[in-house]
Amino acid sequence: MILVLVETDLAGTVAEVSREALTFGRSLAEAGGDVPLDAVVVGEPAPDVVEQLGAFGVRDVHALTGAAFDGYAGAAWAAGVLHVRAGTGAVVVMAAGTPRGNEVMAHTAARADVPMAANVLSFSGLAPFTVTRQVVGGSALEEMRLTQRPVVFTVAGHAVDARPAGQPGTANVVLERPEIAAADLVARVVSTEDPEPDLSGSLRSAKVVVGAGRGAGSADGFADLLELTELLGASLGVSRVVTSLGWRPHHEQVGQTGSRISPDLYVPCGISGAIQHWAGCSSAKTILAINTDAEAPMVTRATYAVIGDLHEVVPAINAEIKRRRAHGAGA
Amino acid sequence: MSTLVCVKRVVDSSGQVVLTEDGQAVDGRYAGFTMSVHEECAVEIAVRTGDATVMTLGDTDAVEQLRAALAVGCTAATHVVADQQAFGPADVAREIAAVVRDQGHDLVLLGNDASDTGDFQVGIRLAYELGWPVVNGVTEVSVDDGVVTARGAGPGGVETYRLPLPAVVTVLEGGVEPRYPTVPGRMRAKKVAIDEREPTSQPQGPGRVRLLLRPPVPSSVQVLGKGAEAAPAVVDLFEQLGVISR
Ligand SMILES: Cc1cc2nc3c(=O)[nH]c(=O)nc-3n(C[C@H](O)[C@H](O)[C@H](O)COP(=O)(O)OP(=O)(O)OC[C@H]3O[C@@H](n4cnc5c(N)ncnc54)[C@H](O)[C@@H]3O)c2cc1C
Ligand SMILES: Nc1ncnc2c1ncn2[C@@H]1O[C@H](COP(=O)(O)O)[C@@H](O)[C@H]1O
Repeated sequence: MILVLVETDLAGTVAEVSREALTFGRSLAEAGGDVPLDAVVVGEPAPDVVEQLGAFGVRDVHALTGAAFDGYAGAAWAAGVLHVRAGTGAVVVMAAGTPRGNEVMAHTAARADVPMAANVLSFSGLAPFTVTRQVVGGSALEEMRLTQRPVVFTVAGHAVDARPAGQPGTANVVLERPEIAAADLVARVVSTEDPEPDLSGSLRSAKVVVGAGRGAGSADGFADLLELTELLGASLGVSRVVTSLGWRPHHEQVGQTGSRISPDLYVPCGISGAIQHWAGCSSAKTILAINTDAEAPMVTRATYAVIGDLHEVVPAINAEIKRRRAHGAGA
Repeated sequence: MSTLVCVKRVVDSSGQVVLTEDGQAVDGRYAGFTMSVHEECAVEIAVRTGDATVMTLGDTDAVEQLRAALAVGCTAATHVVADQQAFGPADVAREIAAVVRDQGHDLVLLGNDASDTGDFQVGIRLAYELGWPVVNGVTEVSVDDGVVTARGAGPGGVETYRLPLPAVVTVLEGGVEPRYPTVPGRMRAKKVAIDEREPTSQPQGPGRVRLLLRPPVPSSVQVLGKGAEAAPAVVDLFEQLGVISR
């Protein structure tokens, strides 16, 4: 049996990366001779969530309930996952390669005293179980063998497309109330500050996205980029460097640990095009890269490019758009 | 209070990545070596908490990363001299735990993930070795009266953890600005005697079959121009794609 830790987003739907992990888990289940696919969720799942999980081929949804799961604690979640594993005899325990997913799987593997593979892209063999995963910031791949049971790993974000099962089923909810030791609740979230409003929906569905990376230079370096976004009726998408440095909010991040976009046009400015960023923008129909470095992966992979400083190029584009508009209006 | 911060010598992967002939490691002969940004931030936090020891498990050259941490304010360094490639994350965690037990630290800081192997687990495994709680992936850490307060971005907003020492904390970049070494700092670092030790047990290994590089993607990019002069061509393209109305 294959057990997938599923995360739900703030709106109470199954997170896209969890749907990808379920898709990966299902292909594994099929390769293993149609073994069952179960999910673990934290808290009682909304009917919507149960329905989506059924559509992805999940048999049982194990819901971890009880006061221990009120505030996030990685150790408690892992204890819950292993409780379900003990009850179901799962041979594979997996999650999406999100911060939570990687953390809970690392706890799970440490407690079960087995290896864990982070950010897996594909599997190439079942016996011995062999996976290929991202290493060196995505610049290289590692083939890794996981010979112990349970096999524990996470799936890199957007490594596979989320696809519902051919025949949707109805998932069955199983309420679980594992006992959680006090020691597993010592490192626990005691407070969460107001969530940022999640505006990533408009980014994911945008027809045009203007991208900004480290090349923006600072939190104050976005004025021209925001003006271009406005002029194109676009959304702004950024690299992880930009969110890590606190220049822009996380919901604007594009990539493996951010949103996946599929606009008609993506205009990444000052973004190098690391594989984890590419994972989120590769389905853009046309890419126009603006970068000082003609050799940057984003430039070599783009459809079009302008080589230059975004702080010169973007204002010039804005001026040209405004000039043509004024001209058009006057004509 | 005594803090241990764990750093790893890794190949600088910002440029082109080359593998060693046996496909077991990244070749750093041309690119040079560094520590991950997350660890630079962990070192900064360690130095701010007071008395900080830096440690690494790696070959003799890894002393370079220990000196770098000493130069920015760590006061002692421990080097577990070993072939890093033969050690998996569980092996490394076991060796770090041995150092912690021998030296008696109350806080251990690590990076959230190493920039080469990206295993995302050494800190968590270390916590289980020691029987301590672990907070993962935070950007701000402070210690007051034996209580650690750690903050980081979670899926639903900024999360705060508060827990008593001893504890393991893994750090993500973004919350602190690592300081640059000063000349006196570098001089001082050179004089610190590094405590060298051997691994305590045989490693189980990382389960690695081999490393592979992605095949290069052929480029078909059309360069519209250089600098501001490209603006008209860009706007022509916007019009052609219909993303802008005339
Ligand atoms: C597990 C994991 C998950 C990750 N997830 C994500 C993710 O979801 N999204 C993501 O984006 N990254 C992610 N990353 C990080 C990723 O590896 C890169 O570090 C990041 O994408 C780089 O951001 P950047 O392109 O803005 O910065 P850099 O790589 O520093 O590139 C800056 C670029 O800007 C150009 N430039 C500089 N100045 C200018 C200027 N004035 N004008 C024009 N161009 C300029 C430079 O030539 C360079 O190409 C992840 C990494 C890991 C390990
Ligand atoms: N060989 C090592 N020596 C010292 N610290 C290490 C070593 N390997 C990993 N670490 C620490 O563990 C963190 C997480 O590594 P990993 O789990 O391998 O991604 C790193 O950021 C380091 O702080």
